[in-house]
Amino acid sequence: MSEQPKFKVTIDNITIEVPAGTTILNAARMIGGDVTPPAMCYYSKLEGSGGKCRTCLVEVSKGSEKDPRPMPKLVASCRTTVMDGMEVKNITSDKVLDARKGVVEMLLINHPLDCPVCDQAGECHLQDLSYEHGASGTRYEFDRRTFEKEDIGEYIQLHMTRCILCYRCVFTADQLTNKREHGILERGDHAEISTLLGKSLDNEFIGNVIDVCPVGALTDKTFRFKNRVWFTKPVDAHRDCPTCSGKVRLWMRGDEVFRVTARKDKWGEVEEWICNDCRFHKKEVKDWVIEGPSRIDRHSVISQGHYVDTVKQPVYIDRVIGKNPKLLLDIHKVSDVNRPDVDLSKIEGPAHSDDFKKNKDN
Amino acid sequence: MEKLTNRAAPVNRDPITFGEKIYLPAIAKGLSITIGHIFKKKATVSYPEEKRPFSPVFRGLHILNRDEEGRERCTACGLCAVACPAEAITMEAAERKPGEEHLYREEKYAAKYEINMLRCIFCGYCEEACPKDAIYLSETIMPTNYTRASFIYKKEDLLIPDPKNKEAK
Repeated sequence: MSEQPKFKVTIDNITIEVPAGTTILNAARMIGGDVTPPAMCYYSKLEGSGGKCRTCLVEVSKGSEKDPRPMPKLVASCRTTVMDGMEVKNITSDKVLDARKGVVEMLLINHPLDCPVCDQAGECHLQDLSYEHGASGTRYEFDRRTFEKEDIGEYIQLHMTRCILCYRCVFTADQLTNKREHGILERGDHAEISTLLGKSLDNEFIGNVIDVCPVGALTDKTFRFKNRVWFTKPVDAHRDCPTCSGKVRLWMRGDEVFRVTARKDKWGEVEEWICNDCRFHKKEVKDWVIEGPSRIDRHSVISQGHYVDTVKQPVYIDRVIGKNPKLLLDIHKVSDVNRPDVDLSKIEGPAHSDDFKKNKDN
Repeated sequence: MEKLTNRAAPVNRDPITFGEKIYLPAIAKGLSITIGHIFKKKATVSYPEEKRPFSPVFRGLHILNRDEEGRERCTACGLCAVACPAEAITMEAAERKPGEEHLYREEKYAAKYEINMLRCIFCGYCEEACPKDAIYLSETIMPTNYTRASFIYKKEDLLIPDPKNKEAK
């Protein structure tokens, strides 16, 4: 047990040595970059996850050094462990790319195209996946499945139509909380995430299901419709929290904290779980110690408009003319958007028409 | 020295002849060109009375569209604002309440929507980005004004009138 044998595995012609028992997906993640298969249901921090969405299918062109026959079918890389001398083809195999395109089409069959309304847009894994691997049109002509709306508590909004049944939230509730209150009910096309008999999810770590959800099926109700993620600025911050690590990412606009999430690594997985108190109740800058702007991949839409390492040029016009120049237009005097007297982030749920009316009278 | 191009022509430095010295033929030649232009078709139009036709791809003032039932199409998805190279568009979204279904097409709508026309460069990217057919650039030329504040166009200024209810704003 102390001496773990090392296996040599070649993925897309890149060879790496990994400990025995590593899955192909994790070996590919050690290499990183384009050879990593996408994963919608696998989550390295959740035991037992994976094997459901089939987006991580790869071709094994050589089983191992001892048995060099290829595997007959494409295998799910998150559930297949490496063998010594195994050769795997991911993006170099047309079969894999074709199968992945089919899987994306299957995932999108019942997924509503409501990205303009969905709060996950911009950080949605299904959006990225279908952009990279999917077809631009659908061949499905029937009505998409619909569900009755279910209220699962005051903090989490469930949109069952968007769910791809990855089971991540079920594993999260199982492994983080002592009593799971939601699960998958029914079978087949009727399968849905639900709490039996309309219970609400109120465990103090249940907010993490929002972060693990790869699509917009579980979203933060306190952030609902407040802003688009790419207009808020992610900032790493921490606080002394008695229940969790307190290491979070704040999504800010100006001095307002619009949303608090856990920090995510480059695979979109949570680094450290955070508690509901940090996530839903600490929406003020003074609650947090700010560490600095988060690293965001520059290909992500979230990095738009965030100019890092820019030096503001000093303006000398006031010294030349001996006074501050007259401001010709104070935008806040004219504009109704982002008014200093309206704090959208302080409203409990999503804003409604009367929230704006009420503020106009004041 | 090596020549840069082969287009250089030598300057004619011959002394000018008697015909050139009296200048009259050159003046007559110039006048004939001037007089000839009087009878040609004019290149200009007298603008306010006479207007040129718009190009089919002309991009003017923005409008916010409604659907056939008069509901606002915009869902405040922010794609126009993210596509805008001049960062002229800002918005705030709100959730539709029960009873407001006749006003807004989708669950989420733009409670506030503003275009700063001082920033706008009329590139039309917002129209291209819109997934809901909500914003269009019309054939109206941007009107001029004396104050900067009047160039901040709000949702009420941009929305087209309700086809069912013309007097309501």
